Amino acid sequence: MPTLDAAFSALSDPTRRAILARLAMGEATVMELAEPFEMSQPAISRHLKVLEGAGLIARRVDGTKHPCRLARAGIEPIDRWLAMLRDALTRNYDRLDQVLADMKPEKRKDTR
Amino acid sequence: MSKMTLKTESETTIVVTRRFAAPPEAVYRAHTEPELIQKWLLGPEGWTLPVCISEARPHGRMRYEWTNGKGGFHLTGEYVELEPYRRIVHVERMHLPETTPDNRVETRFEPDGDGTLMTIRMTLPDAETRAQMLATGMERGMEASYVRLDGELSS
Repeated sequence: MPTLDAAFSALSDPTRRAILARLAMGEATVMELAEPFEMSQPAISRHLKVLEGAGLIARRVDGTKHPCRLARAGIEPIDRWLAMLRDALTRNYDRLDQVLADMKPEKRKDTR
Repeated sequence: MSKMTLKTESETTIVVTRRFAAPPEAVYRAHTEPELIQKWLLGPEGWTLPVCISEARPHGRMRYEWTNGKGGFHLTGEYVELEPYRRIVHVERMHLPETTPDNRVETRFEPDGDGTLMTIRMTLPDAETRAQMLATGMERGMEASYVRLDGELSS
């Protein structure tokens, strides 16, 4: 069972993040994924293995090809977590907006 | 003014930016003066910050204790550098109660029109730690969400 730790660890590499960004546009083969990077196919395959182990991508068999796609089940917990962190910070900073507004002398007169 | 960005940078850094409709002096003070910090650094609904120690000078202590009435957690830290109204560098760690690795935080306040652009750069010791911090944060965030949900269901 892939963990969130494994997912974040997999995401710590810029090449792997770029691969995920490419797969967000649709399925691709190892050859198609290797093309934009100055990397050998075995090197890309190693990155894909890490992403697959973290549950972020899935591969299917199509004759001799093994096209990759994003694995929704692996991506969703990360999306949810980032959304929650964003939400907590957003609430804090919305409150700070109000604190800053109250610090202005002219507003203080209006509200008190 | 509610535009906030949050992204990862290199292997160990998390960067948050936010604009405020107040000058850098006010935003800086709201980050260093305890009576102001206690009004906003609260996280999800239902949490308060009853203990807030912020000695805003080099080597000064920080200690924030949050509670939701049922339980809580706290943060300790030390100020490293302060350039009034422009920049703060401090080191902090959470006690959940297990202690998290040190997080070095640089906060910049830059004039932006008649407001302020704030940039927070959090740097963890290594990529593994950042991954753990993000993962721990998720559990905490979910716990807080459930607490909030409790409140909504009982009201």
